[in-house]
Amino acid sequence: MTLALAVDISLALLVLAVAGWIIAVRDTFGAVIGFVAYGLLLALVWVRLAAPDVALTEAAIGGGLTGALLIGAAARLRGTEAAARAEYPGAFTRTLAAVLAVTVAAALAIGVLALPDPAPTLAPAAAAASLATTGVGNPVTAVLLAFRAMDTLLEAIVVLLALLGVWSLAPDRAWGGCPGPRRPVDPDGVLAYLAQLLPPIGIIVGLYIFWIGADLPGGKFQGATILAAMWLLVIWAGLADTPPIGRTWLRVLLVAGPLVFIAIGFAGAITAGAVLAYPEGYAKPLIVAIEIALMPTLVLTLALLVAGAPQRIPPQ
Amino acid sequence: MNAPTLFGLCAAALVGIGLYGLIVNPRPLRKILAFNLVGTGVFLLFGAIARRGAAVGMDGDPVPQALLITGIVVAFSATALAVALVQRLFDEAGSVTLAPDAPAKAPVEPPDA
Repeated sequence: MTLALAVDISLALLVLAVAGWIIAVRDTFGAVIGFVAYGLLLALVWVRLAAPDVALTEAAIGGGLTGALLIGAAARLRGTEAAARAEYPGAFTRTLAAVLAVTVAAALAIGVLALPDPAPTLAPAAAAASLATTGVGNPVTAVLLAFRAMDTLLEAIVVLLALLGVWSLAPDRAWGGCPGPRRPVDPDGVLAYLAQLLPPIGIIVGLYIFWIGADLPGGKFQGATILAAMWLLVIWAGLADTPPIGRTWLRVLLVAGPLVFIAIGFAGAITAGAVLAYPEGYAKPLIVAIEIALMPTLVLTLALLVAGAPQRIPPQ
Repeated sequence: MNAPTLFGLCAAALVGIGLYGLIVNPRPLRKILAFNLVGTGVFLLFGAIARRGAAVGMDGDPVPQALLITGIVVAFSATALAVALVQRLFDEAGSVTLAPDAPAKAPVEPPDA
């Protein structure tokens, strides 16, 4: 057994152990903390699977933003924990669930062991269709914005729809107001200190990861997540408030990214003969234009998804 | 055994663990967590398949990897929507039980700012 395989096996066992903890632990808060650790472990697994772009996304979104969202929810719902104890299903249901879970896992495992060899791959097609013509050095970015641009466009719209869904859960009296509670400021607190210290560094790191994504692992989703995290830090420290969702500038920025993407996509139908195709020689500038337009939209959407539904009308 | 197969089997187990938690745990937030475990299991399975598709000088098939990034972002959006739904249920009913015959509690007025 090689050292690399030993590391992989330990990592896999650790991931499974943390997953078991998330399901089994009594306290929901503990389970959420476990989930953050789980996200970071998975990021290591992605590195071992030679997918650094996915690793960055998993660490930033899977562990970071989802963790922040769930920690907030677990803290607010803490009072409901005791009542749920009585609702656990009986031994019969639990056995049935275990049998079902083991059957599904076994079927998947058989599928994994029976995967065809040599494995089918779209790498040569992606290389021919996008890398060679776009001039983008990172194959994953080229796939996201050229080979499978339709997926990325729909994703940008799905994220926006999720935000509309969250907003629509606002009570009537709070519609158009600010998401989340007003945070008290403690000017001498650690949070206020970090919220002043970290954002300048975080903004540079976020923009760097965004810009470098054209050629190296990174990209708009990872960069946008870091910028969103910096904004949320400032909001949670009470140094800034969430914007009222009725603001025109906010709504314009939220739809600007997808609209630019759609406009360039349909322009491709005229200039390059297909929707979401790029005219020869202009692929890279157009891809960069789409990414720059999507960036503010993604930062606002990701942060506001964590902030939640509007709860209060700000004092005029 | 190589890394893709190992993590593929790990992914299968994760789907099983998540599915069990999704059915057994009655608390909505824990169901959301369990569903996310199922989701990451599916992602990991896809990632193992991407690694097997290494070709033309690439360490993995970039097409599934790009779809994985899309998937992680969409899973986050769906989780945010689910958490917001649970929060609204709590604000309206004062509890988050999913039991069909739960006794109705007096609605708790959410705190006004």
